[in-house]
Amino acid sequence: MNEIKFYGRGGQGAVVASIVLANAAFKEGKFVQAFPFYGVERRGAPVAAYTRIDTKPIRSRGQIKSPDIAVVLDPYLVTALNITSALKPGSTIVINSSKNIISFAKNFNVYICDATAIAVKRALGDRTNPIVNTTILGALSKATGIVKLESIISAMPEKVYVKLEENIEAAKEAYKTVKKI
Amino acid sequence: MKRQKRHIKPSKRFKSHKDLPPMSVSSVPTSVNKTGGWRVLTPVIDYDKCISCMICWKFCPEICITAEDKPKIILEYCKGCGICAFECPKKAIKMIEAKG
Amino acid sequence: MKLVITGNHAAAYAAKLCRPHVISAYPITPQTEVVEKLACMVADGELKSDFIKVESEHSAMAACIGASAAGSRSFTATSSQGLALMHEMLFWAANSRLPIVMINVNRAMAPPWTVWADQTDSLAQRDTGWMQFYCEDNQEILDTVIQAYKIAEKVSLPAMISLDAFFLSHTSEAVDVPPQADVDRFLPEFNPEYKLDINNPRAFGGLVTAEWYYEFRYKIHQAMQDAKREINTVGKEYAKSFGRKYSLIEPYKADDADFLFAASGSMVSVVRDAVDKLRKAQKKAGLIKMRTFRPFPKEELIKLVPGAKNLCVLDRNISLGNEGIFFTEIKAALANIKAKPMIYGFTAGLGGREVSVNDVMNIAKSIETHKAAEFNFYGLKK
Repeated sequence: MNEIKFYGRGGQGAVVASIVLANAAFKEGKFVQAFPFYGVERRGAPVAAYTRIDTKPIRSRGQIKSPDIAVVLDPYLVTALNITSALKPGSTIVINSSKNIISFAKNFNVYICDATAIAVKRALGDRTNPIVNTTILGALSKATGIVKLESIISAMPEKVYVKLEENIEAAKEAYKTVKKI
Repeated sequence: MKRQKRHIKPSKRFKSHKDLPPMSVSSVPTSVNKTGGWRVLTPVIDYDKCISCMICWKFCPEICITAEDKPKIILEYCKGCGICAFECPKKAIKMIEAKG
Repeated sequence: MKLVITGNHAAAYAAKLCRPHVISAYPITPQTEVVEKLACMVADGELKSDFIKVESEHSAMAACIGASAAGSRSFTATSSQGLALMHEMLFWAANSRLPIVMINVNRAMAPPWTVWADQTDSLAQRDTGWMQFYCEDNQEILDTVIQAYKIAEKVSLPAMISLDAFFLSHTSEAVDVPPQADVDRFLPEFNPEYKLDINNPRAFGGLVTAEWYYEFRYKIHQAMQDAKREINTVGKEYAKSFGRKYSLIEPYKADDADFLFAASGSMVSVVRDAVDKLRKAQKKAGLIKMRTFRPFPKEELIKLVPGAKNLCVLDRNISLGNEGIFFTEIKAALANIKAKPMIYGFTAGLGGREVSVNDVMNIAKSIETHKAAEFNFYGLKK
């Protein structure tokens, strides 16, 4: 079973990302589960969203304590939430960032992608609050291969109601530009 | 002003059910929660336009505008909701893109 | 058609398929998406239903009572504080013999303020005369709503279908949503014998003295006994129409088990995992899924337990001043049988605290190693 945890802030689209990923894996015939965790419900508050993907029915419920893949929508959260403490060595981290911000990257498989720049370029959200969720899914697909990019694109229409084309292009660009540290 | 008691996070203060008070009750007033950190946009008052009508003071949902001679926004708490700017009859308040 | 949807949306799709004439509800986290989705369906013309916006849950149930009494299939949804606010009306609905179906998202009661999973809210409504179902996953939520209308309209009693806050309400998983035509074939139109009808005026709910009140109550008691049979019958019919079978109580690897768990709600998935792990370690473990709480499946339970040495009841609830609620009811049901297991109760997961496979394994171990008391608060921060 793959256990993916999305780290974001309220309003960045972490929850939608977890569901689009689940739908994408479902289209590939997998068993899926997606689940948000809200603390204080307000814009800007840290939000976690989880996706489980497996080849057999999933019986686990609740928060993923030690994900094997972490997707970080806001680079500030890496230190603020001490993300690496919850990850096993060898886990994969995909971060929305233009530069490497993890000093001990050798313990993990770290991938970075400037999803903010890509999203802003395609006017997804606004400068103060860019919506990077679909973009980062493109990066996740390339980095981990847990779902194909085509599956993510075909899963978008169910949850992405505006600027579908721009979201698809953003995911494609992230797929091309994500790089391993 | 009275010195505020330091608020210690429950996870650090409580180890056992025996440490808890009988019901959920805050150990300090909510004024320790400096909600100014939530702000994305910051209100700025142009005092040349301000006529001291105090409508901003009346409308502020955080009660963080003081009603002295001229209104003053307490940025420690201001969440940047923009209601003061919206309600000001003289358009003397602008919301700027800064944490202030 | 298979969709990856949340428990709340599964409930909404199910309600839509049952073609309710009237929906009346008040929002409360974590139920809101149930009625939001239905409101969208009504607004978009996908569902022909009268959506009555009310100012409180008490009024929501009152509106459903009025509608159902007039012969309209009615639906509502709520949770915790909202359910508590409806309490007076719950008695009214059941005692009036109105087959209203309600979704309740199991959320802990405040204070402390909370929005997370806990069954005390619905279990506290135990004596109101409502049938009560507890769902393990989103597919079951959809399937149970559809079956509930059939059962409720057969025995003339309302049904409350509970699902755990966030673990099911906000968790997306694949659900098979059947076609409308199939549900129409399965669920006949609501056609009560007695209803508010200006062409045949009657007065309902009038004064009854001690001379006959007792017999009216007995009739409801009898209807609850009939419901035990109907739940199984409808569960089998559902399997014929939709391929998934349901019953009053659902055993898992219980036949030859000497250690049995009894659990309800989303926790059941986790307990299944624990049973499989224990079986791999050569331990004869099994599970009894408590699907219905009212009517209480006493006879079925008695049939399942005699072979076991230990029965461990897991409760995501507590009756303050006593013990876990399923624990108490299970002990009572087994009180007079000769061969029965030692029964242990564990309250865990109140206020949304997670109960993992490891927790269930720890609980089993504590019983095995004789470290468990008869009733335990699992995982307490001591």
